Amino acid sequence: MSGYAPYVWGSFGFTAMVLAWNWWAPRSRRRRILEAELDE
Amino acid sequence: MTKRQQRMTAVAALVLGIGVAAALAFTAFRKNMMYFYTPTDLVAQAVPAGAKIRLGGLVVAGTLQRGEGLDVRFTVADCEQSVPVRYSGILPDLFREGQGIVATGRVGPDGVFMADEVLAKHDENYMPPELAEKLVAADGRHSCAEFSRPVMGRRPAIADRPSQS
Amino acid sequence: MWTWFHRLASPPFFFRLAERWAPWLGVAALVLLAWGWIGGLVFAPPDYQQKDAFRIIYVHVPAAAVSLSLYTLMALAGAVAVIWRMKLAECVLVATAPVGASMTVVALVTGMLWGKPMWGTYWVWDARLTSELVLLFLYLGVIGLYRAFDDPRAGARACALLAIVGVVNVPIVKYSVEWWNSLHQGSTIMKLGKPSIALEMAIPLYAAVAGTLLFCGYAILRRVQNELLWRERGTQWVRELRVGEPGR
Repeated sequence: MSGYAPYVWGSFGFTAMVLAWNWWAPRSRRRRILEAELDE
Repeated sequence: MTKRQQRMTAVAALVLGIGVAAALAFTAFRKNMMYFYTPTDLVAQAVPAGAKIRLGGLVVAGTLQRGEGLDVRFTVADCEQSVPVRYSGILPDLFREGQGIVATGRVGPDGVFMADEVLAKHDENYMPPELAEKLVAADGRHSCAEFSRPVMGRRPAIADRPSQS
Repeated sequence: MWTWFHRLASPPFFFRLAERWAPWLGVAALVLLAWGWIGGLVFAPPDYQQKDAFRIIYVHVPAAAVSLSLYTLMALAGAVAVIWRMKLAECVLVATAPVGASMTVVALVTGMLWGKPMWGTYWVWDARLTSELVLLFLYLGVIGLYRAFDDPRAGARACALLAIVGVVNVPIVKYSVEWWNSLHQGSTIMKLGKPSIALEMAIPLYAAVAGTLLFCGYAILRRVQNELLWRERGTQWVRELRVGEPGR
């Protein structure tokens, strides 16, 4: 990576984390909504 | 007009109004939105002497001289004018002759720009090294077009200068 | 055509439609992202000038392009919500804001990580960087405003107005590098005319842009579904859904 590895991997790693959050957050909220629905 | 048409008109008027207001504001404050002055601006003395400013341009090929330690001298030019620069400090990896840079500092009494920070400004072209070599053989120069937007306009009138106070 | 439009706006209908399409959108997004990222990290040649640091383009440009597209989508949904009082548009508006905000953060952070080794600084206050930061604040404003309201309909309408007012910033971000001089360079691919990038570098970039866009489409669909579920909680169709989907 011609000496720029921390910057390149840091960028891709950060982006991957944010994409993973975008996948996980709505999934977990959906579970919470539906569980609350069951408790009522 | 139905209620819905009224709302439609209101939304259109809102967007248009804000757009016009923004356009007027940015036209009035155009020079405050400029990140750097060009050598043309400096040569036209549109910038008050001694003020801390940024200067953007290409490092002219053949002008780079390294002194003691981290001292460097080089000339920065846009498509029309050039300004000598002196700097002591760490240069970015991309710094080289022909490269676009933006330097922060002051114009000294001798007309030399004393920089205390130098940043590299690369262009929007990306290509593999082999292709670049071929292009260098053909032309070999970075474009000065990126630095062809003087803050004060291409030929600053004397009347422009009082507004700089 | 109008009946279809009205049916699309019905919560249970849209929910089921999204349920059917979201997985495919997600798979297509992952395929394109994998293509773009692997192509960009492994197969694309290093840049003649920036060497391997240029590879940050494969996450930075897609995030920046999508952050602007999503804001436009959000403002359009806001306009539909205000003019036609359409509930689904309100849901799209509030679902887009967090996804758009996260993409703006990615654009800013990867831009800083690119700026440090190439320009020599993480941050400068030039027109492009500043206007992209304003874009983040607009997204955060929409998110915060929605949370401040107890009534989701009133909240969504207030957000719609903020989103519409803020849309003026979209062309400012996009054309900031042309209207003013800046440290940030001009556009490489998101412009009219020939892209300023070699073809073998450009193809993974297009794949990454398309993949990021589809991925955000997936995330927004899922969030719209949640918004519909939340607003319609207690209704028959949501209860049926709960019974019909054990284990979820």
